[in-house]
Amino acid sequence: MAIMNIRDAINRTLHDEMERDPNIILLGEDVAGGAGTAGGQESIGGIWGTSGGLIGKFGADRVIDTPISESAIIGAAAGAALAGKRPVAELMFADFIGVCADQIINQIAKFRYMFGGETACPVVVRLIYGAGMNAAAQHSQAFYNLLTSVPGLKVVLPTTPADAKGLLTEALHGQDPVMFFEHKALYTKKGEVPDGPYRIPFGHARMVREGGDVTIVALGRMVSFAEKAADALAAQGIGCDIIDPRTTSPLDEEAILDSVEQTGRLVVVDESPPRCSLARDIIGLVAEQGFTSLKAPPRMVTAPHTPIPFARELERAWLPSPAHIETAVRGVLDWG
Amino acid sequence: MAFAHNSLSQEALLDAYRRMATIRQFEERLHEEIKTGEIPGFTHLYCGQEAAAVGVCSHLDDEDMIVSTHRGHGHCIAKGCDVIAMMKEIYGKRDGLCKGRGGSMHIADTKIGMLGANGIVGAGAPQAVGAAIAAKMDGRRKVAIAFSGDGACNQGTTFEAMNMAVVLKVPAIFVFENNHYSEHTGYSYAVGTSGDIASRAEAFGMKAWRANGSDFFDTYAAFGDLLAHVRGGHGPAAIELDTERFYGHFEGDPQRYRGPGELDRIRAERDCLIAFRQSSGIAADALDSIDAEVAALIDEAVTAARAAPVSEPAHVLEDVYADY
Ligand SMILES: Cc1ncc(C[n+]2csc(CCOP(=O)(O)OP(=O)(O)O)c2C)c(N)n1
Ligand SMILES: [Mg+2]
Repeated sequence: MAIMNIRDAINRTLHDEMERDPNIILLGEDVAGGAGTAGGQESIGGIWGTSGGLIGKFGADRVIDTPISESAIIGAAAGAALAGKRPVAELMFADFIGVCADQIINQIAKFRYMFGGETACPVVVRLIYGAGMNAAAQHSQAFYNLLTSVPGLKVVLPTTPADAKGLLTEALHGQDPVMFFEHKALYTKKGEVPDGPYRIPFGHARMVREGGDVTIVALGRMVSFAEKAADALAAQGIGCDIIDPRTTSPLDEEAILDSVEQTGRLVVVDESPPRCSLARDIIGLVAEQGFTSLKAPPRMVTAPHTPIPFARELERAWLPSPAHIETAVRGVLDWG
Repeated sequence: MAFAHNSLSQEALLDAYRRMATIRQFEERLHEEIKTGEIPGFTHLYCGQEAAAVGVCSHLDDEDMIVSTHRGHGHCIAKGCDVIAMMKEIYGKRDGLCKGRGGSMHIADTKIGMLGANGIVGAGAPQAVGAAIAAKMDGRRKVAIAFSGDGACNQGTTFEAMNMAVVLKVPAIFVFENNHYSEHTGYSYAVGTSGDIASRAEAFGMKAWRANGSDFFDTYAAFGDLLAHVRGGHGPAAIELDTERFYGHFEGDPQRYRGPGELDRIRAERDCLIAFRQSSGIAADALDSIDAEVAALIDEAVTAARAAPVSEPAHVLEDVYADY
């Protein structure tokens, strides 16, 4: 075990995996950085620092800086995957799926099914997402719900360094396209990471803690917000189960239903607007399949149905908070 | 390009200088104020490129429309946005130009034809085509301009927009500010070996100009020719302006991609304000007093922005729709 942050866990996993499999290539804008400059390509290490040292080790044939052309980046990743490579394409901000949506939702997602099951398109798209940096409406969104709704895509949201390693390694062994969402505010989060090969199968939630009174399902960065709320509630004698689904497609429905069967009370925390969100999706699942377990109507803690504002006070008001989660937990406990 | 300075009145020259100086001081001041931690988010400074925005916008009326980029402060100021309201916006204040919801990357003022700065690289060019369709329908001589960087010229949207503008023969103008970098990537790498950006526009069938975007007079003259062409109903046109950015891609960028001495060199050799002083024929003290007036304005803007009230949490819900 080594202690490191999520940024380094992703960087080391890319190093290890590219070493293991010579078919893995990385492509995106400034993934190395510095192409065509006096400073040179080893000077930057990627915008987010997740690709440091890769170009020095694997060369510009495998660590490919592209022009600003998201449709061509994802389309080229698709084509390279069809031709037997394993591309890892980076979207510097998840918001930019707006530019290349066709290649993701009509192309990569569909090939296996549409072409009769023989076609593999194992592209990993790394999408850097999330609010919290006052990056405003076009650089802060958590679009995992959009991509979760598309059959054919697997959707992954690591929240710890160990999960980042285990889930990215898994993505690079599978035969399906994987949308790998990295929260920009989680890059510096530290934790233990297992040494050596480490894979976490998709569709297995992480039980963050068990408390027995209420089930909190939290997504992405909201897991740590839920832990804060649960700490405060624990001090008042309220025990929370916290479930981190880790992958939203496939979704570990069983883990959620099992916990709700014990607690009878559910709060889902999601860093996106409420409509067509994962929060609604998960509550729908429990309403349909866990109805008899429920002792109170489930509650969602989401952002409001608005774009993400710039100003500090506004972004703070937009984002779900530990206090909102605490209120929601009290709400489901006090119901009826 | 030989340029007859006497085609610009003394008043117009002073106005152009004032706009360039305003952009410069606005940005230099932001560079300092950002260090206090009071300004949220990402800020991309326009310093070094002032002659491009002002050389273009000095030709325009409020009826003419521009769309801008993530590096938009200069375009906003050149088009006539209120500097104090802009500063408040960048500080995220309630009475900022966009109520603190947009910030540095998302400033707009449609009343004066500033249709919006944009955080999505390449989003603007198609919008300028649409605005040009509207201009053509309105039957006026007005035009729509997309400012884009050398990086943005690699987006499919930019290519599609150029082609569509030619097909529709609309008064769209593509202004490419080539500052030689897109983030940390060099122009010579990302734009390939096809030649310059202007030649891409030519390949789509429009006329293109090339000018020194670090020189007001050169840009002003070339854009004047271009504008006469477009206002004359000959369809779209493009111009590539060669220029420099004096700061990092965003504030906080360590700029390790720069060569040794590069920043000093471009400041010494390609400063449009110095060039203006050398070639405008205007007495230095007249320009000095503009500098002083601008400094007072920027002081006022920062003081006002700092003192301005912040938003209330409930404001987050406003203006998502016109009605709902
Ligand atoms: C669709 C999209 N891709 C990538 C980015 C990230 N990004 C912001 S600015 C920029 C570089 C733009 O370069 P250029 O067009 O030359 O403009 P400059 O920054 O030089 O003004 C990039 C890659 C973005 N904002 N939008
Ligand atoms: Mg550029």
